[in-house]
Amino acid sequence: MATGPALSIARVSKAFATPEGGEVRALDDVSLDVTDGSFVVLLGPSGCGKTTLLRCIAGLETPDSGEILLRGERIDHVPVWKRRVNTVFQSYALFPHMTVAQNIAFGLQMDKVGKAEIERKVGESLEMVRLSGLGSRKPSQLSGGQQQRVALARALAKDPEVLLLDEPLSALDLKLRRGMQTELKRLQRETSITFVLVTHDQGEAMAMGDQVAVFDSGRIVQVGNPEEVYLRPRTAFVADFIGEANLVAAQRDSSSLTIEGLGAIDAATLANPEAVETGAVTVAIRPENISLAETADGAGVVADVTFVGGDIHVDVELGANRLNVRIPSHGAQPPRVGARVHPTFLPQSLRVLADS
Amino acid sequence: MTTQEKTPKSVESRTAGQGSWWAGIPGIAYLIALVLGPIVIIVIYSFLSRAKFGVGVKWVFSVTAYQDLFFGESLAGGRTFDPTYLEIIGNSFWYSLITSVACLALSIPVAIWMATRPERVRTLLVFLVTIPFWTSLLIRTYSFIIILNDNGPINWALKSLHIITEPITMLYTPFATVLGLVYTFLPFMILPIYASAERFDFRLAEAAYDLGANRWTVLTRIVMPSVRPGIVAGTLLVFIPALGSFLAPELLGGGKTSMIANVIAAQFGASRNWPFGAALSVLLLVITLLVLVVFAVLARRASKASGNANWESLL
Amino acid sequence: MSARTKPVRVKGTGESLRDFPTFKLVSYLVLLFLYLPLVLVVAYSFNSNRVVTVWKGFTFSWYTNVLANDDIQRALMNSLRVAIVATVVSVIIATGLAIGLLRMHRAGRTFAWGLIGAPLIIPEIVFAIGTLALFVQIRIPLGVNAITLAHIAFCVPFALLPIRARLRGVDSAVYEAAADLGANEWVIFRRITLPLLMPGIVAGALLAFIISLDDFIVSYFLAGPGGTTLPVYIFGMIRNAITPGVNALSSMLLAVSILIVMISYLLTRKKR
Repeated sequence: MATGPALSIARVSKAFATPEGGEVRALDDVSLDVTDGSFVVLLGPSGCGKTTLLRCIAGLETPDSGEILLRGERIDHVPVWKRRVNTVFQSYALFPHMTVAQNIAFGLQMDKVGKAEIERKVGESLEMVRLSGLGSRKPSQLSGGQQQRVALARALAKDPEVLLLDEPLSALDLKLRRGMQTELKRLQRETSITFVLVTHDQGEAMAMGDQVAVFDSGRIVQVGNPEEVYLRPRTAFVADFIGEANLVAAQRDSSSLTIEGLGAIDAATLANPEAVETGAVTVAIRPENISLAETADGAGVVADVTFVGGDIHVDVELGANRLNVRIPSHGAQPPRVGARVHPTFLPQSLRVLADS
Repeated sequence: MTTQEKTPKSVESRTAGQGSWWAGIPGIAYLIALVLGPIVIIVIYSFLSRAKFGVGVKWVFSVTAYQDLFFGESLAGGRTFDPTYLEIIGNSFWYSLITSVACLALSIPVAIWMATRPERVRTLLVFLVTIPFWTSLLIRTYSFIIILNDNGPINWALKSLHIITEPITMLYTPFATVLGLVYTFLPFMILPIYASAERFDFRLAEAAYDLGANRWTVLTRIVMPSVRPGIVAGTLLVFIPALGSFLAPELLGGGKTSMIANVIAAQFGASRNWPFGAALSVLLLVITLLVLVVFAVLARRASKASGNANWESLL
Repeated sequence: MSARTKPVRVKGTGESLRDFPTFKLVSYLVLLFLYLPLVLVVAYSFNSNRVVTVWKGFTFSWYTNVLANDDIQRALMNSLRVAIVATVVSVIIATGLAIGLLRMHRAGRTFAWGLIGAPLIIPEIVFAIGTLALFVQIRIPLGVNAITLAHIAFCVPFALLPIRARLRGVDSAVYEAAADLGANEWVIFRRITLPLLMPGIVAGALLAFIISLDDFIVSYFLAGPGGTTLPVYIFGMIRNAITPGVNALSSMLLAVSILIVMISYLLTRKKR
């Protein structure tokens, strides 16, 4: 396989004028390399710029500055209909006046592919998304999940260098979404086409992405595989957005980290002591990494206990901080509201966060 | 968190394949020529002089046409105040007002009744009310010549029942004109009121009953306020075209009950005074626009009061 | 909780609470009022008496009479020529406007809407004599072509509304998808926009056609010597001597209008 990334985004910025006359920086100096044949997820809350980046790659928006390279060639000024990149739209955008087969054939006709070849490709694509036999239906006669597959087949039929997926599963119900996640993974593996998927659902991102790029306010704040971004979040935003995290104020000096109410921890035992070496810091700790011991002289007070099935959520007041703790419901009796508890955790499960 | 406002949507952004503003240019150019053009020429003509033989104009500036609205030529040759045309304008207003009130009185019950029918019946009813609008105005007006005729079905029925012995003269009276106007413009009143009533949540009426209101109170205090935008729009859609009506007074009024439009038409026909006809047209246009502005203000207030604005959809 | 959700009392006759007394009666009477005159026009077209409203007997002869009349045939051909050309041109203009309006800036859009809506608000008589004055001034001869030019202007809003409604119902991502799959602007218009608009275009064309076919006032002032259309001819008949022939002609015109509205209605309904 050729070396170098399939898709390379270099210092792309894009601003929009607001109706009030102001300006929104949707993309602020964004850079990202996408490895050939990988499944990359752009993750972030709505309005963070991830969809704008996707539309810039597709050619539906033009960046104000920066470069987009497809296999080393600049494409940012190539018109959308000439880019070898295809998109699965959030609303599917199936042509309502065409049958399923005509929808899939459309892109191939644009490439002036021969009739017999189109027919073969359409059949193949339908089979790939398991819709054989539905080619003569109109999109309106299909279920949401089936429409989704047609949209996929239509884009994949063109053998794009990169397939872009804009929140493709957001319109499906939960059960269908799970199934489609697996299906998308399978399709990506089988076709070995590079997938770039946009979502605001961190669970979806974790489940599908080889790489996850986390967006915050028009910037990419962290890129890594799902384990990395979950276990080693770099900023408070990432820690909070992906899974749940307690963000606790602490004080760092050369040898230790001090958290109010919990005392000092030897800096050497921390997972990332090098992040910040001195001054006020924020540390993150996942709720499941904390255990509670009921003692009369505990530093925390139980404020609330909620049973949620497999877990019990316990809210602990710890000085000015509030800790969210998750303990298994099959274990020991949970503490009562008002009980004094002492939170304990392994120092390595603490993450010291960079300023965002 | 500064950029986390609404979904960014550029004002300038031109999305692929959605066409461009210039697709509308031929249409706009055409309408400038054939909608704006006639209005401009009418305004110009109203300030010119009468041509020698009456067809067309003489290109000499004059305000005589506007003076003619108020003054007539006396036998002595001077000008004296002559209210003939002012009376016709007054008549036009009066007929349009009666027409609007009559349409309103009929339309409110119909519209509310329609809005409370099941969905399928409703669409059928709307269609039934719409059809007359799409049929020829001339024929609809003509139908009342047949009905109101001395030998027509009404007089025939009354005679057969021995209520009258001599036919009642109904045709060629102001009554005939107004009846014709009510008939032609009734759908314009029913449909907007219906549009408002259809959006009304009739569970509110049930809530009012639950709180002890009787039918009259529910109608006047709960239902009526929310159909007010429809009433304002409907009155506008009836009043304005009624004011400029030509056919009903021409065919049913029999020349005895002229409205502004008939006088205008006469200036371009037998009377042959184009500048005066143009001046009358300008006057009618100005009145129309004033009425429109008044109603626009009323409509804004009404839609604010009832919490829904749907002005453009009535066009 | 329980105090609030007690069932609504049903008063009196068991009639639905949504009904108001006498509204039903008034509505039936109004519907009768709307249709009875039209029914009478048609009924009297079969009267064998020369005096329209004095019934003598049943006959079809007025229809054959009217259809054999050369002047009426000429008027009919004039009406059709005007209506067909006005329909085609106004639909093309309206399609362009519908697309253009979506991409216009606010000021341009307001101006365009003013122009489009003006023929609906300006009194018809003013529009008619204004156009007459304009044509006389710039020496456009009166007649069928003059009528056609004027009809196009007021057919545009009627053609526009269904096309615009259709266009607004289209998910704009569809155009993006077409571009994404390799279609340029022209291909998108031909293969996506136009087919999607087609039901609206047909409905708009039908409406424009009846509006033009039924117009009397504008045609009356622009007809000149050779441009008599069917409504102008009927007006002349009403003025001179009313015979059931007027009714026969009117009935045919009514039938065409009603048929066309029904088709247009069915076309726009099915797509819900």
